[in-house]
Amino acid sequence: MQKYSVFSLIKNAFSDHQNWEVAWKDPTPKKEYDVIIIGGGGHGLATAYYLAKEHNITNVAIIEKGWIGGGNVGRNTTIIRSNYMHDDNALFSEFGMNLWRKMSQDLNYNVMFSPRGIINLAHSDAQMNAYSRRGNSMRLNGIDAVLLNREEVQKKIPMADFSDNVRFPIFGGLMQPSAGTARHDAVAWGYARQADSMGVDIIQNCEVTGFDVTKGKIVGVRTSRGDIKAKKIGLCVAGSTNILAEMLNMTLPIETHLLQACVSEPVKPLLDHVVTFGAGHFYCSQSDKGEMVMGGDLDGYNSYSQRGNLPTLQHVLTEGIAMFPFLSKLKMLRTWGGIMDMSMDGSPIIDKTHIDGLYLNCGWCYGGFKATPASGWTFAHTIAQDRVHELNAGYSLNRFNSGDLIDEKGLGTKTWIS
Amino acid sequence: MLYIFCPHCGSRSQNEFAYGGDATVKRPELNKEISDQEWNNFVYLRKSPRGKHLELWHHISGCRQWIKVERDTSTHEIFKTYRADELTE
Repeated sequence: MQKYSVFSLIKNAFSDHQNWEVAWKDPTPKKEYDVIIIGGGGHGLATAYYLAKEHNITNVAIIEKGWIGGGNVGRNTTIIRSNYMHDDNALFSEFGMNLWRKMSQDLNYNVMFSPRGIINLAHSDAQMNAYSRRGNSMRLNGIDAVLLNREEVQKKIPMADFSDNVRFPIFGGLMQPSAGTARHDAVAWGYARQADSMGVDIIQNCEVTGFDVTKGKIVGVRTSRGDIKAKKIGLCVAGSTNILAEMLNMTLPIETHLLQACVSEPVKPLLDHVVTFGAGHFYCSQSDKGEMVMGGDLDGYNSYSQRGNLPTLQHVLTEGIAMFPFLSKLKMLRTWGGIMDMSMDGSPIIDKTHIDGLYLNCGWCYGGFKATPASGWTFAHTIAQDRVHELNAGYSLNRFNSGDLIDEKGLGTKTWIS
Repeated sequence: MLYIFCPHCGSRSQNEFAYGGDATVKRPELNKEISDQEWNNFVYLRKSPRGKHLELWHHISGCRQWIKVERDTSTHEIFKTYRADELTE
């Protein structure tokens, strides 16, 4: 594989950039693989990469219905954080933060990781108390957290509404300075390029139509490009999880819902951090191009449509304007939607299944993007070793049955209510 | 914008409704010994199909009645709505 560097850039400039190697190949599927990963999104690509890198398993195929990076890894709001209170989420996410910090060097691909900090705004004394508790929990797990008072928040984001008679005055906020953003497409492309170079077949435009299971063991997968045998199969298909589960006669604690995001027209740099509204569900950051990147609530009913509905967008942006009044003057550039695998406690599932050789990675709710490296790393471990790693032991499929929920937000089974 | 036909009030915009989830899920019978598995199935497991989905909606800013809506989850087409106590096909 060609190494990307300033020297290769200069060298290729002399030939008008016509002679770059393709970043990944377009192979025809083989008859059989050791491992097949279904889903060529961030998590699937990362899983294949760590299977090759950490476990030396390179006879691997990624099967993708559309094109790689065309799903949620290219549709999210690029936020990376580990500001969780529960140990399972905190330790998992912080492990991921360490992978994010060295990802550009690791992948030889600039993922533009920008640890600009995330601020969760608080709008009441009770919320300040709750944030103080969460911040202390984070610090006990070795994650940086700073409780900011109103003046400190105002210094950092003076454009927020600090006037006297607002409905939700800003009391302060909880900040994780090491959180940030990254270029989401680059994450998909970087993992794809490295996985491909280590021998992984990335097979696009290949839709799964069924599974072959014999005596409780997975044997292979049927696809639009023929049957492919595999000793092990991992599902990494986010919002399409229930469609594949139905083919396997499985019913999961997952509902598929639609989440929208949007960007404004680009403006000069004014927002240095990722900021979330504490009296509703709205978050905002500014991209390197100057666009305000915004998101919030699910549309609120089961949906596979990948396109949003206006009432939710209006509701979310009303919250946005309550937080940042200047947003009302900006024009909207784009809005889009992606389909989320909403689990019943708001936390993901990375586990084995009752079918031998079939592994499940789903339930990422609002937080799939930031989990990409940690999810890939732990899922690769789970597949390669046929047992869960301690980092994803809590993310078991059986926890709903046993009562060991990881209910970070206290929403119960209605994770689509915010 | 979805327009939902409330059997009590007529066609109204989705803004008047709150979503209540899958309407085909059955609570285990009362006064009967039930296993953890049955309870798990009722509380947590959902088919979440792509295509036709029978679901509960609450006309919360209208007549405040719960209704059943048969809707396509990929096109958002609404085929039919029912009163909550009405038997569905």
